[in-house]
Amino acid sequence: MELDVLLLSRVQFALTIMFHYLFPPLTIGLAAIMVGIEGMYLKTRDPQYEAMAKYWTKIFAVNFAMGVATGIVMEFEFGTNWAAYSRYVGDIFGSALAAEGIFAFFLESGFLAVLVFGWDRVSPRMHFFATLMVALGGIFSSIWITVANSWMQTPAGFHLVGEGPLARAEIVDFWAMVFNPSSIIRLLHVWMGAFILGAFFVLSIASWYLLRGRHIDFAEKTFKIALAVGIAGSLGALFTGHYSAHIVSEYQPAKLAAFEGHYTTGPADMYLFGFPDDETGRVAYGIPLPGGLSFLVHWSFTEPVAGLDRFARDEWPNVPLVFQTYHAMVALGLFFIGITLLAAFFLWRGTLFRQRWLLWIFVFAVLGAYASNQLGWVSAEAGRQPWIVYGLLKTSEALSESVTAEMVLSSIIMFTLIYLLLFAIWVFVMNSKIQHGPEAAAVHGTGERARDWIDASARRANPSGFSLSAARGDDFKPDVDSHDTPPPHS
Amino acid sequence: MDLHVLWFILLGLLLFGYAVLDGFDLGVGMLHAFIPRTDNERRLVINSIGPLWDGNEVWLVTFGGALFAAFPIAYASVFSGFYIPFMLLLCALIFRAAAIEFRSKQQAAFWRGAWDKAFTGASALAGLLMGVTVGNTLWGVPIGPQGVFQGSTWDLFNPYALLVGVLTVAVFCMHGSIYLYLKTEGALQERIKGWMWSTFGVFLILYVLVTIFTLVQRPDVTRHFQEYPIAWLAVVLNVLAIANIPRAIYLEKPFYAFLSSASTLLALVFLYGMALFPNMLVSSLGPEYTLSIYNAASSQKTLTIMAIVAAIGIPLVLTYTIVVYWTFRGKVKLGEFSY
Repeated sequence: MELDVLLLSRVQFALTIMFHYLFPPLTIGLAAIMVGIEGMYLKTRDPQYEAMAKYWTKIFAVNFAMGVATGIVMEFEFGTNWAAYSRYVGDIFGSALAAEGIFAFFLESGFLAVLVFGWDRVSPRMHFFATLMVALGGIFSSIWITVANSWMQTPAGFHLVGEGPLARAEIVDFWAMVFNPSSIIRLLHVWMGAFILGAFFVLSIASWYLLRGRHIDFAEKTFKIALAVGIAGSLGALFTGHYSAHIVSEYQPAKLAAFEGHYTTGPADMYLFGFPDDETGRVAYGIPLPGGLSFLVHWSFTEPVAGLDRFARDEWPNVPLVFQTYHAMVALGLFFIGITLLAAFFLWRGTLFRQRWLLWIFVFAVLGAYASNQLGWVSAEAGRQPWIVYGLLKTSEALSESVTAEMVLSSIIMFTLIYLLLFAIWVFVMNSKIQHGPEAAAVHGTGERARDWIDASARRANPSGFSLSAARGDDFKPDVDSHDTPPPHS
Repeated sequence: MDLHVLWFILLGLLLFGYAVLDGFDLGVGMLHAFIPRTDNERRLVINSIGPLWDGNEVWLVTFGGALFAAFPIAYASVFSGFYIPFMLLLCALIFRAAAIEFRSKQQAAFWRGAWDKAFTGASALAGLLMGVTVGNTLWGVPIGPQGVFQGSTWDLFNPYALLVGVLTVAVFCMHGSIYLYLKTEGALQERIKGWMWSTFGVFLILYVLVTIFTLVQRPDVTRHFQEYPIAWLAVVLNVLAIANIPRAIYLEKPFYAFLSSASTLLALVFLYGMALFPNMLVSSLGPEYTLSIYNAASSQKTLTIMAIVAAIGIPLVLTYTIVVYWTFRGKVKLGEFSY
């Protein structure tokens, strides 16, 4: 079989970006929840909130590290696999990546150190500030990368210089490039996806504890905060999704037509379900809402919408793929709204934590949250094909000239093996952290802090390692000169 | 000022920041398999860079982004031309991050032992491949029209590039051992002393070898010295900094040894820049194919915008870096939140 370097490069990009995107939306959403938890701690000084903040910080740290390790792959791949693309858009796409590094990654990684390792080195206020900065860093990072991707969907603020292989897009108007037509709405939609994932991740673990009767106070408090984020994210995703589709209808009509399998220009239906068929130009076994798409785009059930017939056959995206991923995303989004509102209703009635069936749904709903983030991106990116930069550069013209199919195949095998291993380890480590659960909240006033202080002053007075708390019978282990002491569950 | 030159200098500063900061944590990773003897010591070694390694690696990410923005044609040629070495570099960087993050999450000896080996192996491989890349840019690479690489992967593993790779490993080991000496105490610190001496010795030998190899095979690296005699200052600084490392170790002033080691890296990056300037990637197929800061650059407008971004960003970055290093100053201790 002839190996196709274009297909292989796309497979590699899909594999590496989809694996990477398991982590950033989670850490963005989780960071927002952690800001809420630490804010509550600063306000109430309830040690349960401190225990919650420490627990979620440890979960956050593992996922952040996975995001960093898999994220650097992405920055390399534009150059390694898509050299022609990199030359063509370097002015624009490179600028966004550089700005992401300078404005987001340094902020994020610097304050992450304080967030994870600084609990006993900085004051609670400073720690809260660090959490806020990490959350902000994630948000900044999403801004620049979404701006860069949105420019590929709806390019603006540039002009073309040069001919043939020397052609390049150069910035004419920086702010028009940054605020290209789809930037803001897509960014908001990405954030809502991240909030949904962060919230459902937390809700899943909290529900599990509630069902098992463990860490009840921790789980109930966590559940409430995450539910608020989950409702906001789910409703927000509906509105941002709707307006995002409006932008698609205006600037990428072929993608919109593929979303709904709308082959023939005219009044457009919206399908609950179906199988679009490029050969017959119909949606087979479909359940349509007649005129639904026309209504959403034009507020009229009969207004015509451009169909795929307006485009040359070789400028169609993969319609069945785009259709199914888009529909699955929308279905999941509606499901999230339904269960979060239902949970809020039961919470208002005061019976939420007795609804075991609903808690079981929340245990598994996090898989849907992961899936919806992935599905949304697949429909957005596959819907842009065959273009890499919509209307300007074809994906097939964007490859690295010097890279052979064998090279890409070998790197796909390498990434597949590494990512399978990493995924297994991630599941294993996450599972043991969740099984272990949070540490018990420190008792008011006479908690760990006071004991540490007594120990520290005793050690200052007597450096041989004598400890007052050891004399009290606590399981104190001298941390100097001891070998192979068991580590804390970090 | 010529924006192309400004961006060449800014990239040099990013490279220097990366070499000084991630240099020591790569070095600590390389030495991890050799210096500590107990699990407690291994955890101390990892935690000496625990809060810092991630931020240090951002210098590499930002270097890549800045190269992409300012000199996209050089970025595209280097990254696609160095496909296999860069894929291996990614493999090394992924395993390094995973090893640091996961190693102490389980007790089992095989788990920790495997991650320890991965940590050292990945750190050494990353340093080696970065050095190989630097070596190749000085040696020349078979790139043709439009900067398209026309050689084979094996061309990139030529003796000169490999020698620069080994030198990079050695200089990071030396830098890392001095850093580790600063962060540790007691018996562990005593043992590191011997490693500072031996890594310095290896570095010195390799440094002399690479200098001779370069001057004999690529004599034009000194072409700017006649025009700018002030560049000799960098050579003098380099020699003084290298000479001051053993002196400071002998006098038990490890912080001065670390500053000298950092100055050595500054001088090396400066001399590398002098040797390269104004080129980004020298073609071995003919000077007309060489990518320079002029024919590989993005537009004036982009360079200007990015200069503004850098002017806003650099003070912020330096502030975070200082805050974090100040917060985690002093000897490394294991606590509830350590790796």
